[in-house]
Amino acid sequence: MSMLEFEDVEVFYGKIQALRGISVRVEEGEIVALLGNNGAGKTTTLSAASALVKAHSGRISFAGTDITRAKPWEVVGAGLIHVPEGRRIFSTLSVMENLQLGGYMVKDKAAIAKRLKDVFDLLPLLAQRRTQQGGTLSGGEQQMLAIGRALIAGPKMLMLDEPSMGLAPLIVAQVMEVIKEVNANGTTVLLVEQNARAALKITSRGYVIENGVTTMTGTGAELLADSRIVEAYLGA
Amino acid sequence: MSENVDSSTAPRRIGKPASRLSALFESKQLGWGAFAIALIFPFILASNYAMNIATTAVIFVLLASGLNIVVGYCGLLDLGYIAFMAVGAYTAGIVSKAWELPVLFTVPAVLVMTVLAGLIIGAPTLRLRSDYLAIVTLGFGEIIRLTANNLTITGGPSGIYGIPGIHLFGLDLSNPVPFYYFCVVFVSLLVLGSARLGKSRLGRAWRFVREDEDAAEAMGIHTYKVKLAAYIFGAIWGGLGGMLFAAHLSAISPQSFVFLQSALVLMAVVLGGMGNTRGVVVGAVVISLLPEFLRDMGNLRYVIFGVVLILVMVLRPQGFWPARAFEPEKGDDGSDSGEDGTKRSRRDRRKLVPVNPATGEKA
Amino acid sequence: MTQLIWNGLFVGSFYALIALGYSMVYGIIKLLNFAHGDIYMLGAFIGFATLSSFGVIPASMSITALLIVLLLTMIITGGIGVGIERLAYRPLRNSPRLAVLITAVGASFTLEYGVSAIAGPNPKVFPVRLQGETFDVLGARISAPQIVLMVIAVLLMLGLNSYIQRTSMGRAMRAIALDPKGSLLMGINVNKVITWTFFIGSALAGAAGVMAGAYYGKIDFLMGFIIGLKAFTAAVIGGIGNIKGAMLGGLLLGLLEAFGSQWLGGEWRDVFTFAVLIAFLTLKPTGLLGERVTERV
Repeated sequence: MSMLEFEDVEVFYGKIQALRGISVRVEEGEIVALLGNNGAGKTTTLSAASALVKAHSGRISFAGTDITRAKPWEVVGAGLIHVPEGRRIFSTLSVMENLQLGGYMVKDKAAIAKRLKDVFDLLPLLAQRRTQQGGTLSGGEQQMLAIGRALIAGPKMLMLDEPSMGLAPLIVAQVMEVIKEVNANGTTVLLVEQNARAALKITSRGYVIENGVTTMTGTGAELLADSRIVEAYLGA
Repeated sequence: MSENVDSSTAPRRIGKPASRLSALFESKQLGWGAFAIALIFPFILASNYAMNIATTAVIFVLLASGLNIVVGYCGLLDLGYIAFMAVGAYTAGIVSKAWELPVLFTVPAVLVMTVLAGLIIGAPTLRLRSDYLAIVTLGFGEIIRLTANNLTITGGPSGIYGIPGIHLFGLDLSNPVPFYYFCVVFVSLLVLGSARLGKSRLGRAWRFVREDEDAAEAMGIHTYKVKLAAYIFGAIWGGLGGMLFAAHLSAISPQSFVFLQSALVLMAVVLGGMGNTRGVVVGAVVISLLPEFLRDMGNLRYVIFGVVLILVMVLRPQGFWPARAFEPEKGDDGSDSGEDGTKRSRRDRRKLVPVNPATGEKA
Repeated sequence: MTQLIWNGLFVGSFYALIALGYSMVYGIIKLLNFAHGDIYMLGAFIGFATLSSFGVIPASMSITALLIVLLLTMIITGGIGVGIERLAYRPLRNSPRLAVLITAVGASFTLEYGVSAIAGPNPKVFPVRLQGETFDVLGARISAPQIVLMVIAVLLMLGLNSYIQRTSMGRAMRAIALDPKGSLLMGINVNKVITWTFFIGSALAGAAGVMAGAYYGKIDFLMGFIIGLKAFTAAVIGGIGNIKGAMLGGLLLGLLEAFGSQWLGGEWRDVFTFAVLIAFLTLKPTGLLGERVTERV
């Protein structure tokens, strides 16, 4: 049983079809990359899983449960956390409050306290800035906060949408390190990226999405070697 | 449909009329038919009471067509529209009594004052978002009423009485039936005028601003000027309605200009289908006559109006005879139904931008 | 002078309570709930109806009776606020702004004339009129009822502030105000929180209504209309969407009105208030404490 599976998922925005039958599979413990250009459907794929958009047809299952028709909070409750494009930090709330919101659905206060400690260990910069307003953090720091916030929920799986966006290469590398560490600690990861090079460095497998369908799939090495990918996504 | 307008550039109604009834309301014949009914009416029923009600209805039609310009064409929710009527009525009353002029001679003064009112009310409010605009215009409506209540020149709480009727070319039109006919002709001309305005280039600019103000701005339309124009036309129509009102009742007081009146005019426009002149005329007649027929129900009739307003908005926001279909806005408030992906993802990429909550502009 | 200040603060605390509901709802769904002032009016009438049903109340029990009625009324008006949200506003979540505003006008109408149809159009006398001694403090005459009501109002406001700042639900409300979609991703049931916000805001307005009835003694079905506009003004002064701003704005408006009436004469009071509103909207639309609303465009 895979962790997250999309079977032939179609999504429409009004009359425009964004996903034309996506089939993606993520096994437990993996980091899988979802590559593609703007408008290809990567964000829509994640949004379909997190129930921000409705799947018109097809099936999405998470850890054995059908979540195709689930509500967003049910998906979060099941342990699938979507870290959105642009981080979406609550700008006038403090770092601490942002983190606490990550634990909104968690009833166990002790668990939250422990996870906070773990997150602060993993990301000490958050501990330093805990009373600062979220909007005053730099892009990279906000990305760390977004990931940290997701971890407070104690997720089985994270879906990250373009964590590298707008960040300098050095910071991107740091962010990817963190993602790798999070995965090593047991969280499955689905990583959506335009920055294919950075993504493929840490992932075991990847899919390429074009125009709402998956056109290619393979291991990280296979994809890196494929000339089409190199041309389209890894060009200078 | 319209002979003088180049139909290749005139606004076309989108799609087919919703039903035979809507098609009926879009036909020219209906306009002539309604006019004919208005003309024949006194031959059927000419009691003082009937003429009184009928004249009030005709004046109400004028008001509704004026508000239709502001709300229907341009999408500006003016909740204090009655203020323009008040300005017109008081100007006509004060000027005609002070200088002992027949009411029609006060038209220039009425025009000047209402345009001024439109400018004064429009200047601060037109930069505001629709919610704020609505409440502020409401506030202005109250300001005008309270001012009329407090000043001596407006007669204070008792208002002005003894306003002369209409005298035209030496004819005394102050008797109910001639006055009624005068109003029918006067109002019909103005209603036609408002319809023409709606089909003009300005009318198209209004619709554009109503649909998407930012896009209109980007296309080079001076949205502020366009909105101000809507306001001023609305003010003029309302002011002239006020003048007729003053001549009709020969006495006016602040009580005639409470919020309830603004709301009733709004209801007429909403029910009739915002932007659709013929529908608005029908809506106005219905709204002004219904309270009379439902008089026994007391204030319950207004409860019904309120409920109908809610139902119409929830079930059929285009009104009963829409001018054009409403495109639902894409909501971004967390509804879990689909949203416009391409638009949204591009927007999401923009940076956090401080926003002025009152105007929606970037601060 | 101190009398003016005290009077201003007293009336201002009412404005603050009502402005809070206005601001909270605006913050969370960017809607000016036009019918909010009428919830205040409903509170006064429900309080009236409940108290009348108690029969004769000995003066010594009047505060207790008032508190019981206050609680009951808050629950009922909270429920009515929720009802309006579900029936009139939620179906129009994705509709053009104009449609929602018009619906709000319809809701306001229905409430106003519904009450007048049921209770009659004439003003009613509140069955409990608070009596108490007056004290002289720094030159101002302050009465015991005024103190009691102020204390209740302040407690409610402090309680609300605590709630918003410290609890999980309060955080959720603030989060939704900033970013509804992002809030969904935290697992927040946005609809439920919105409903709850309406409940709290309406309960506060209802409380203000009961207290106004008890203090001023007279209630009529249009009393919510002007109050709604003033609450909006207060919210704008303080910065709409901002809880502390609503409180500050309410108190400030009360003070401004007190001094304005003194200066211009009582009959110009409301005109003065609206002039203040327009001034703020033109010159400082974000209000005094306005958070720079960083909004996802």
